[in-house]
Amino acid sequence: MNILSFVTLFPLLGVVALAFMPKTNTHQIKIVALGISIITMLLSFVMALKYKSPASGFAYVTSHPWVSSFHINYALGIDGLALVLILLTTVLVPIVVLGGWNESEGGRWSVKTFYMLILVLETFMIGVFAATDVFLFYVIFEAMLVPVYFLIGGFGTGERAAAALKFLLYSLFGGLLMLAAVIGIYIISAEQAIGSFDVTALSHLTIDHATQNWLFLGFFIAFAIKAPLWPFHTWLPGAAKAATPGTSILLLGVLDKVGTYGMIRFCLTLFPDATKTFAPYIIVLSVISVIYGAFLAIGQKNLNSLIAFTSISHFGFITLGIFAYTSQGLTGATFYMVNHGFSTAALFLVGGWMISRRKSAAIEDFGGLQRITPVMAWLFFVSGLSALALPGLSSFVCEFLVLLGTFTRYPVAAIIGTLGIVLAALYILILVQRTLHGPLKSGNESMTDLNLREKIAIAPVIAALVILGFYPKPALHVINPSTTSVMAQMNVTDPHVLAGK
Amino acid sequence: MDISNYLYLSVILFTIGATGVLVRRNAIVIFMCIELMLNAANLALVTFSRVAGNLEGQVASFFTMVVAACEVVVGLAIIVTIYRSRRSASVDDASLLKN
Amino acid sequence: MRTSSLLVYLIALPLFSSALLLLLGRIADKWGHILATLITASTFVIGVYEFMKMHSQPSGSRAVTQKLFDWISVGTLKVDAALLLDQLSICFVLLITGVGTLIHIYSIAYMSHDKDRRRFFAFLNLFIAAMLLLVLGDSYLNLYVGWEGVGLASYLLIGFWNHNPTYAVASKKAFVANRVGDLGLSLAIMICFAQFGTVSFAGVKAGAHGASSAALAGIGAMLLLAACGKSAQFPLQSWLGDAMAGPTPVSALIHAATMVTAGVYLISRSNFIFDASSTARLLVVIVGAITLLFGAIIGTAKDDIKKALAASTMSQIGYMILATGLGPVGYAFAILHLLTHGFFKAGMFLGAGSVMHGMDDEVNMRKYGGLAKLMPITAVTFGLGYLAILGVPPFAGFYSKDKIIETAFNAGGIKGILLGGAALLGAAITAFYMTRLMVMTFIGAKRWKAGSHPHESPLLMTLPMILLAVGSVASGFLLSYGSALVHWLQPVVNSQSMEEGKPLMPALTVSLLALGVVVLGAFFAITKYRSVSDLAPEDVSIFTKAARKDLYQDLLNDKVFVEPGTLLTAGLVKTDDRVIDGFVRFVGNFLAATSDVLRKVQNGFVRSYALLMLAGLVITVIAVWVIGA
Repeated sequence: MNILSFVTLFPLLGVVALAFMPKTNTHQIKIVALGISIITMLLSFVMALKYKSPASGFAYVTSHPWVSSFHINYALGIDGLALVLILLTTVLVPIVVLGGWNESEGGRWSVKTFYMLILVLETFMIGVFAATDVFLFYVIFEAMLVPVYFLIGGFGTGERAAAALKFLLYSLFGGLLMLAAVIGIYIISAEQAIGSFDVTALSHLTIDHATQNWLFLGFFIAFAIKAPLWPFHTWLPGAAKAATPGTSILLLGVLDKVGTYGMIRFCLTLFPDATKTFAPYIIVLSVISVIYGAFLAIGQKNLNSLIAFTSISHFGFITLGIFAYTSQGLTGATFYMVNHGFSTAALFLVGGWMISRRKSAAIEDFGGLQRITPVMAWLFFVSGLSALALPGLSSFVCEFLVLLGTFTRYPVAAIIGTLGIVLAALYILILVQRTLHGPLKSGNESMTDLNLREKIAIAPVIAALVILGFYPKPALHVINPSTTSVMAQMNVTDPHVLAGK
Repeated sequence: MDISNYLYLSVILFTIGATGVLVRRNAIVIFMCIELMLNAANLALVTFSRVAGNLEGQVASFFTMVVAACEVVVGLAIIVTIYRSRRSASVDDASLLKN
Repeated sequence: MRTSSLLVYLIALPLFSSALLLLLGRIADKWGHILATLITASTFVIGVYEFMKMHSQPSGSRAVTQKLFDWISVGTLKVDAALLLDQLSICFVLLITGVGTLIHIYSIAYMSHDKDRRRFFAFLNLFIAAMLLLVLGDSYLNLYVGWEGVGLASYLLIGFWNHNPTYAVASKKAFVANRVGDLGLSLAIMICFAQFGTVSFAGVKAGAHGASSAALAGIGAMLLLAACGKSAQFPLQSWLGDAMAGPTPVSALIHAATMVTAGVYLISRSNFIFDASSTARLLVVIVGAITLLFGAIIGTAKDDIKKALAASTMSQIGYMILATGLGPVGYAFAILHLLTHGFFKAGMFLGAGSVMHGMDDEVNMRKYGGLAKLMPITAVTFGLGYLAILGVPPFAGFYSKDKIIETAFNAGGIKGILLGGAALLGAAITAFYMTRLMVMTFIGAKRWKAGSHPHESPLLMTLPMILLAVGSVASGFLLSYGSALVHWLQPVVNSQSMEEGKPLMPALTVSLLALGVVVLGAFFAITKYRSVSDLAPEDVSIFTKAARKDLYQDLLNDKVFVEPGTLLTAGLVKTDDRVIDGFVRFVGNFLAATSDVLRKVQNGFVRSYALLMLAGLVITVIAVWVIGA
C-alpha cells in the first residue's frame, strides 16, 4: 500500500478502534481520536516532504480495479493542488478535535459517535482530493454528506435538524447534476475509445462544444453549490449557525474547498472550451459574491453567520482567480483555499470559545472583551486581520495574487473585486469594535481567558498564517507546477504585458 | 372458424369481472370476480391458440391457472385472517395502511 | 549596485522587539519601554552609519540594496523581499528613526502612569518597523506591506484607549479611510503589472516610457488616491482630526512627522510615473492646493489644541503634495518641507502633550492661557516651532515653504497664479491659526479649570522637545545650504533637470510677499484673540460654524457613503432572506404542497386503487392505439 492510500485510510483505523471502546469513557475516546488525527497529520507531513512535483500527471499513483465492467478504479494520486489541500485537512482535524474538546458532549448521540464521524469524514476529505478516478471522486463527494449531516443534525445547536436537511438537499441536488455529467462523459469516452473514468485519460477526449457546455454545467453547478457561489449560498449561513465550531471549520475550511478544487480539477481541464465560454458569466457571479457576501456580513447580527458570509465573499475571490485562468489567478486561488481554511478556522475557533463562554452568539451580547480576556481578544483580532487580508499574513498574498491575475484578463472585474478589501475592513473592524472594544458589557464579567489547551489548539493556525504570509514560497513552489499543467491542458497562456519592454 | 363470438364472450366475462371488482365490497366476491377476469383472458388465449394453430396460447392459459391457484391460496389466507381479526370481509374496512 | 547586509536589521530589530513585548506580556512591564527605546535608538545608529557610508560614495552610486529572499514567484510575477536604500529613503530613515527615538524617550515619561505602557511601546516599535519597510521596500508590493503595516499600527495606537467608544470609532474610521487609499495602491500595482509585467520600482521606471498616457494617468491617479488616504488629503482627509484620540506622542510621530507623509514619499518615489503624465500631475496639484486651504481653514476654528495642530498637519502636507505635482525640482522641495515639518510639527505636538500633561489632559485651548510663565521650556520650544511653521527667516519653514510657494508661482500661466495664490493664501491663514493657538495657550489671561496646577514637564519630556526645536531652527538652513538636498536627491528624482525658464517673480519678491501676508495674518490673530472667553461663542458667522464642523466633511461622508451603505446592507439582508432563500424555500414548499395534494389519492380503499389501475390501463391502450395508428 503506498503512503497516499495509507494516509487516506489511516483515520478509518481510528474509527475501528473507537468502535470497540466503551461509550462512557469519553476522555479516553477523545485522546484516541486526537492521537489518530495527529498521526495522520504526521504521515501526511512525511508524504509532503518526500513529494516531488511530477513532470506530468500525478505523484504517488495507485490504482486497483473496483467495478471492472465499467472501468471504475480505486485510483489515487496527487499533484500540488491536491497536496496542499490534503495537508490543510490533516492539520485542521487535530485542531478541531483539540479546540472543540467539549463540543461533542450534549449532542443527540454519544461522544464516541461524534469522533467516529469526524474520523470517517477525515478519510473522505483526504480521499476526495486524492481521487483521480471521476467516479470514485463522485462517490466520495456524495458520501461526505453523510457524516456532515449527522454532525450538524446531531451535535449542533438551535435549528440543527432543519439546517442539516437544507444542507443535505442542496448538496444532493448538485450531486445529481454531477452524476448525470459523470455518466455523460463516460459514455463519450466509451464512444471514442475504451470507456474510462480516469481524469487524465478523460482530459484527452475531444468533445464537441455543445456537449462540453452541458457537461461543464453539470459539474459546475454541483461545485458552485458546494463552494458556495452566489446565488447558491443560502444553505451556508444556516448550517454555520447551527453547527458546532469544529464542524463549521471542517465544513467551510475543507469541504467547501472540494467545490473550488473540483472546478480546477474537472471543469477547467476536462472542458476547456466550455470554461472559456462560461468564464465571463462566472466572473460576474464571483464579483457579486465578493461584494454581496461582504455587505451581508456587515449586516449580520449573529457571529457565526457573519463568519459564514465573510466566507462567501472569500469564495468569490477564489472563483474569480480560477476563472480568470491566469497563472497568478490559479495559483492565488489555490493558495487562497489553504489560507481561507486557516483563517476561517481561527475565526470559528475563537468565535466558538467566545460563544460557549457567553452562551450566546448574538454580536450585541459581547462588548469590551479586551479588558477581561486579552489573549482571546488578541487572537480574535489577529484572525480578523487575516480575514481582511492584512499584508504580512498569508491571506494577503493569495488575495493579491488573485486580483493581480484577474486584472490582466478581466480588469473591470478586478477593480470591482478590489472594493471587497474596503468592505472587508468594515465588516471585521465593526465586529472587532462591537465585541472587543468599548466598556465591558454586562453579562461578560465572568468570562475567562483561554486555557492552555485552547492556546495550543490555535497556535499552529496563527503560526501558519504568519509564516506563509512572510514566506509563502514552500506553498507556491508546490502549487505552481499544477497551475502550469492546468493551463497547458487548457491550452492558454497569460495575457501579454501591454507596454513593450 | 369465426372467432368473434368467442372473443365477445371473453370481453363480456372480463367486463363483468372488472365491474364486480370495482363495485363490490365483499372481499370474497371481488376475489371471484378476479377469477372471472383471469378466465376471460384464458378463453381469449385458447381462442387465439386455436386460430393460430399452435400450443403457445394454451400453455399460457395453464400458466394463468397456476398463478390463479397460487393467488387463491395466498388471497384466501389473507381474507380469512382479516375476517378473524375484524369480523368483516369488506375491503373498505381494511384501509389501515392509509395512515 | 552596492549591497549592505545591515538594512534588514532596520526592520527586524523593532519588529522583533515589538513581538517580544507583546508575547511576553506582563513579564516585560518593567523594562519593555527601555528595550523599545534602545532598539529604536539602535536603528537610528544604523541609519546614521549607512548615511555616512552613502555620503562617502560618488553621487551616482550611492544606492544600496539587500535581497532577503524570493517572496512571491508565480508565472511572470517575481517579487523579492528586497530592500533599497537610496538618497530618498535615507532621508526618511533618518527622520523616522531620529524623531522616533526622541518620541520614544518622551513617551517613557508621558505614558508612565498608564498601566499598558508596555503595549504602547510594542505598538510604537511595530510602527517603526512598518514605516521603515515602507520606505525601504524596493517594489510597490514591498512598500504595500509597510503601507498597510503603518495603517495597522496607527489603528492600534489611535485606539490605544479603545475602552472609550469614541476612540474605538476614531481608530476604525482611520483604518477604513486608509483602506480606501490602499485600494488605490492595489489598483496602481495591478495596472503596473498588467502594463510592465513587474512591480519593482526599477522595472516600472524602465518601462514607463513605453506605456500609453491613459495607463500612466491611471497609475498616477491611483497612486494619488493612495497618498490621499494615508496623508489625509482631500477627499479622504476626514480621519486625521479624529485620529487625535490617540496618545499625544502618537500624534507627534505618526500623525505629524512620519506616517502621514508617506503619501509624499509614494509620489516622489513614483516620480517616473508623474513626470510622464501631465494629467496625473494636474490631479496632484489640485488635491494639494485644495487640501492646504481646507486644512488651514479648519485650523482657524478649532479649540482643541491637538485638532488644530492636526488641521495644520493636513494643510502642510497639502503643501508637500502640491510641490510634488510641480515637476522634478518640486520633489526635492516637498522632501525638504517634509523634513523641516517633521521637526517643527513633532516638536509642537510634543509641546501640546507637555501642556496637556500639566493641565490634567485638558485639550480645550479656551481653558488655557498664560502658560508661558509656568512652562517656559515648553513655551520656548513651541514658539520656535511656531516661527518655523510661519516661515519666518531664518527658521526652517522659511527655506522649505517659500520654495514651494515660489515654485508654484513659477508653474506658469493661470495655473501658476492660481497655485501660487492658494499657497500664499494658505501661508496667511497658517499664520492666523498658529498665532491664535500660541496666544490662546501661552499668553493672555488664565482661564484654567478649578484645581489645575500647570507645571513644567520632566526632563525626559523636555529634552526631546529641545532637540526638535533645534531642528526647527536649523534644519532648513542646513538642508538648503548650497541646495544640498536638491543635489542629494538629484539621482533619484532628477531634481535639477528643470530648465531655468524666466521665473514669474524673483525669489526675493516671493519671500517678501510671503512674509508680508504672514505678518498680516499673525497681526490679525493677535488683535482678535488677545482676550477670549473660556466658552466658545455661539453667535459666530456661518464660515466659523462650517470650519468648526470640519467644513461638513463628516456630514458629507455620512450622507454619501454611510447612510446609503447602511440602507443597502439592510436591504440586501432582507433580499437574501426573502428573495434568494425565499426562492429556495418556495421550491421546497411547492414540492411539499404538490405531494400533499397527490397524497389524497392514496385513500386506502382497494377498490379505488383498482379503478385507477383500470383507468391507467385504458389510457395506455388508447395511447398505444393512437400512436400505432
